[in-house]
Amino acid sequence: MIQDYKYMLDAYAEAGGSPEAFKNSKVAHLVVHRNKVIGEHLVEGLDLKPRETASGVDIHLIVRKGAIIKYPVHLCFGVLPKEGIQEINIRARVEDDSGVKLLAHCVFPNAVRVVHKMNADIEIGNNSYYEYNEVHFHGFEGGVEVIPKAKIRVGNNSRLVTNFSLLKGRVGYFDLDYDSEILNNSSLEMTVKIYGYSDDRIKIKEAGRLIGKSSRGLIKSRVVVKDNAQSEIINELVASAENARGHVDCIEVIQGNAKARAIPIVNVTHELAKVTHEAAIGRVSKKQIETLMARGLEEEKAIDLVVSGMLK
Amino acid sequence: MELLRVEKLSLNLEGRQILKDLSLSVKSGTIHSILGPNAAGKSSLAYVLIGCCDYNPQCGKIYFLGKDITGYPIQKRAKIGITLAWQEPARFEGLNVKDYISVGMREKKPGLIEESLYHVLLEPKEYLDRGVDKTLSGGERKRIELAAVFAMRPRLVILDEPDSGIDILALDNIVNMIKELRRQGTTVLLITHREEVAEIADKTSLMCSGFIVKEGTPEEVGKYFKEKCIPCPTHLYPEEKDKGKIKEKNDTRL
Repeated sequence: MIQDYKYMLDAYAEAGGSPEAFKNSKVAHLVVHRNKVIGEHLVEGLDLKPRETASGVDIHLIVRKGAIIKYPVHLCFGVLPKEGIQEINIRARVEDDSGVKLLAHCVFPNAVRVVHKMNADIEIGNNSYYEYNEVHFHGFEGGVEVIPKAKIRVGNNSRLVTNFSLLKGRVGYFDLDYDSEILNNSSLEMTVKIYGYSDDRIKIKEAGRLIGKSSRGLIKSRVVVKDNAQSEIINELVASAENARGHVDCIEVIQGNAKARAIPIVNVTHELAKVTHEAAIGRVSKKQIETLMARGLEEEKAIDLVVSGMLK
Repeated sequence: MELLRVEKLSLNLEGRQILKDLSLSVKSGTIHSILGPNAAGKSSLAYVLIGCCDYNPQCGKIYFLGKDITGYPIQKRAKIGITLAWQEPARFEGLNVKDYISVGMREKKPGLIEESLYHVLLEPKEYLDRGVDKTLSGGERKRIELAAVFAMRPRLVILDEPDSGIDILALDNIVNMIKELRRQGTTVLLITHREEVAEIADKTSLMCSGFIVKEGTPEEVGKYFKEKCIPCPTHLYPEEKDKGKIKEKNDTRL
């Protein structure tokens, strides 16, 4: 168990996380290897109850009314062996007048045949915020299936932010599906950044339903695919209330034999609501490349710089 | 000493002749302005000189310090000291001003990035960490482009309409920066359609319809431009001229 904990934190550090956070008593954390909880720590205002199941962990997370969790809650999920399955079911409730920021690192450094599923059901109260940042670190075999699903409801005067990035190692198979409902004067901001190559497969579906007055939504995707990788992005924003405003912003860059597809769905059913979208698929802009080459960069380095900036 | 020599350069793009037997000589350590109306081919000349991939001349030669560089790709030209500040510079998501400027710097001299920003009237503290993206106004992006070539310390910089999008208050600083480039040993090829900008040059070449039609001091060429080129229908209706609807008048062209 101690050895697993150490390896998990090593992988966590390699994924860009800061293992010192796990030693800090002011920072809440949870470390799960396969279906074993191997580290946990709570702070005041936060209830976090993990329960081990046959294939993963069920997590019940509550941020108590009026509690603002000062430091990001650090989560580390992973499977260290070459094969395995991990199913994480999260039920999160952020009560009124409260807020929390979560920083999850999911590490599968040796995966040859690993499945990681996450099912989240998240309820955000009024005058509250919930920010969920998920960073993945995969090995180079491409043997990971990542299937995150989330249903999120956001109350009045609240804020939801999700950031997902998978930039280190092979993607493998990725199928994300987030769906959210936003009430009055609340906002949603969802961002996904992924770099796929070889024969990686990427499917992203993010939806925001702006059903509250003056609700706001931004769905942003940045995906780069090269070699024989393929991506399909469905970004959907529905605005059905007075003064609801939304924007979908999707950029996919393809290199080599890669294929990319973007399907922005914009649905407005109230005359005082407005949703805009922009989507671009193609290779890196020639002007950007030539600008950097005119400073002395080789073409390949210029492309890398543009792509890494886009995914930053 | 001659730094750049262009001999009988011709460029056709999509069936249209953009540059026609154009020849030019630029002396080292000078500011040489290329003055001309819109659609004269000035920016195309800049793209040919820098080596943009869609701007391969059908004939003619480009010499840099006596060496034929006509076949050099863009990055090789940059490495021997030729660069371009674009009229409408590209924007880069996720790349900040500090990193963008440092891309071309051959010597990582401390304080050079900040100095470059001061020269274009941008406060480094405010701009170093900002993205070179769509959050910048056109004028800010333009100034950052000029700061980037300043920090690069090239042997030859082509400035394509450096004053466009720059407010009148900052124009003097841009002019001073161009002079500072020359003082530091960079030769400047200054492309403009405004004779008052061309005035800061040591020598001016007047360009029209893909030709160099006159060369001389900025005063001589500026006077000619005002008197002959501005009223000329070739300038006012370049497309009509191309279709042969307006006859070229020798006295206004040569």
